[in-house]
Amino acid sequence: MAESLKAQLLAEHPGLEVQGPPPGLERVPLVANNRSPGWISDRIASVIEGETPRWWKICFGISVTFMTLCFAMILYLMSTGVGIWGVQHPVMWGWAIVNFVWWIGIGHAGTLISAILFLLRQRWRTSINRAAEAMTIFAVMCAGIFPLIHIGRIWYGWWLFPIPNSLGIWPQFRSPLMWDVFAVSTYFTVSVLFWYMGLIPDLAVMRDRAKTKIRKFGYGLFALGWTGSNRHWSNYEKAYLILAGLSTPLVLSVHSIVSLDFSVSQLPGWHTTIFPPYFVAGAVYSGFGMVLTLLIPLRRLLKLEEIITVRHVELMCKVTLATGSIVGYAYAMEFFIAWYSGNPYERFLFFHNRAADPFIFGPLMHSKPAPYWWAFWTMVTCNVVVPQFFWFKKVRTSMLFVFGLSILVNIGMWFERFVIVVTSLQREFLPSNWSYYSPTVIDVLQFLGTFGLFFTFFLLFLRFVPLIAIAEVKGVTPYADPHHPLGGAKIGEKH
Amino acid sequence: MPAKTYAVMAEFETAASVLHAAEKVKQAGFRDWDVFTPFPVHGMDRAMGLKNSQVGWFSFIGGCTGYTTGMLMIWFMNAVDYRIPIGGKPMFSPFAAFPPSYELTILFGSFGALLGMLFLNRLPRLHHPLLKNRRFALATHDRFYVVIETSDPKYSDYETRRLLENLGSRHIELVEE
Repeated sequence: MAESLKAQLLAEHPGLEVQGPPPGLERVPLVANNRSPGWISDRIASVIEGETPRWWKICFGISVTFMTLCFAMILYLMSTGVGIWGVQHPVMWGWAIVNFVWWIGIGHAGTLISAILFLLRQRWRTSINRAAEAMTIFAVMCAGIFPLIHIGRIWYGWWLFPIPNSLGIWPQFRSPLMWDVFAVSTYFTVSVLFWYMGLIPDLAVMRDRAKTKIRKFGYGLFALGWTGSNRHWSNYEKAYLILAGLSTPLVLSVHSIVSLDFSVSQLPGWHTTIFPPYFVAGAVYSGFGMVLTLLIPLRRLLKLEEIITVRHVELMCKVTLATGSIVGYAYAMEFFIAWYSGNPYERFLFFHNRAADPFIFGPLMHSKPAPYWWAFWTMVTCNVVVPQFFWFKKVRTSMLFVFGLSILVNIGMWFERFVIVVTSLQREFLPSNWSYYSPTVIDVLQFLGTFGLFFTFFLLFLRFVPLIAIAEVKGVTPYADPHHPLGGAKIGEKH
Repeated sequence: MPAKTYAVMAEFETAASVLHAAEKVKQAGFRDWDVFTPFPVHGMDRAMGLKNSQVGWFSFIGGCTGYTTGMLMIWFMNAVDYRIPIGGKPMFSPFAAFPPSYELTILFGSFGALLGMLFLNRLPRLHHPLLKNRRFALATHDRFYVVIETSDPKYSDYETRRLLENLGSRHIELVEE
């Protein structure tokens, strides 16, 4: 913007110019190349306004196919019964619960970015929060399918809701499974509210840019008549702050309650007080893995490298490292407590039924290899070793490397839930009940199907909704600072 | 019949200049006026003399309603209407009832925040004179507007325009009703 105005204002108010930090200490700006607010609108809106890219059509076709598969598998399940899955005594919670916990965990990064980072005034969140929140919503949708279908008789799903059944019996709230119903449905609803409220100003952007009548009507309808009035912004910002303040305890409670599904039971491997914080850290860790998996290709494909900069990716890697390390600590603590408790069942489960591999630790402990030793060590490799790569700047700034590691994070967290669910159940107190759990093809197809559901929604989101919070990104550029002429001091300053 | 004039609208190009203009319009003592920005401008509430937003009350009332609803609902269902003894646990315990009530607190509180915001802003609104104005579409792009309504007692065609011109607006136009 006008350099002349800056010069004029400086002439009027000498001493107004603020010195930036010394060279070498400046922070990388949040929007590269000092782009103007107008450019930001144009760039983000062009993702929607431009022609549908070829890769989008191909990906959409594949996703819809898998989504159909998802619904077909549900139909098959409804018509036949849970016998088509691999669940058998004593492993009555198989892939369905593993997938449920995994998907719901994925969602947690979106809420962390949108709520907790907002409260912590991490302004870099603006470039990624919209897409991450969309990811949350779609992931919770995928997650919600599994508890519903795993009950076997899906037509009795409404028994979960506080409605009396035909005998006048209400659900009983002393069970954590009931708490879970409330936690997950609240989580979904509040995520949608938060997401939609963030969208209102951006839908107004799309309405005001719209060239066709249909677009103008559609975006105009959902923008609710937003004008950008400062009297409105004042209420809006307060409501946003409150929603962030409510979502923070919400997101921490959701995975805590999911973990209570396990830890309220008396089973070694589940009955652990460390579960709530450990589950929350794991959820954020896996969620950031998914955000990285989604955004690294997208910033390239949609040419958004100037808004989702390498700095953003680096910061996400650091969160992944921090939460991954908490997860690693929790694993270690579980083992320590299992040993320190002196409880033979706990010790057996952790040392002989999880960690004992056929090569090193098993022989050292004079133990036969655990049936799922490979799942356990996949989990440890992906969740404890992999994030440690993010200590290195070379790794964090190499998009290909980060993308690869982010996929390993997702795999690792899936295996974590598998290890928790299956290994704790499959060798129970009576050795005569022991068995080996393996999934069927239907289990696998059902899980793959939910990916189709997720990506179908995500791709539609990319094409019809601004995938970056336009108004919020404008607000973190130097131009948005009214306290200095053109916000000159903010270029390259601390964020 | 010529259309009635709704307001005069002055365009500004930077957040700094519109903030400065807002301070001056406030000092001039206008009542029916507003500033339109593509993003919330830091310090604008103070410049306009706006009070702290009341959204918090809506959310607070929502939250209290949610918590009470949760506790009463669970107590009624499990301890009054149909008692099921399970494992010798008490029919109603605030601890077991807490997690769902906690979630309902957040749920109702969030609805309170969103609906309270919409209510205070008188949204949704499907029609607004400014939204008919072609130039005003830039308010969501990169321009900043000060709008003074003709209904304001201090409004005068000439003086108000002069004031806005002196504040450095390069583009001033009248908005039809």
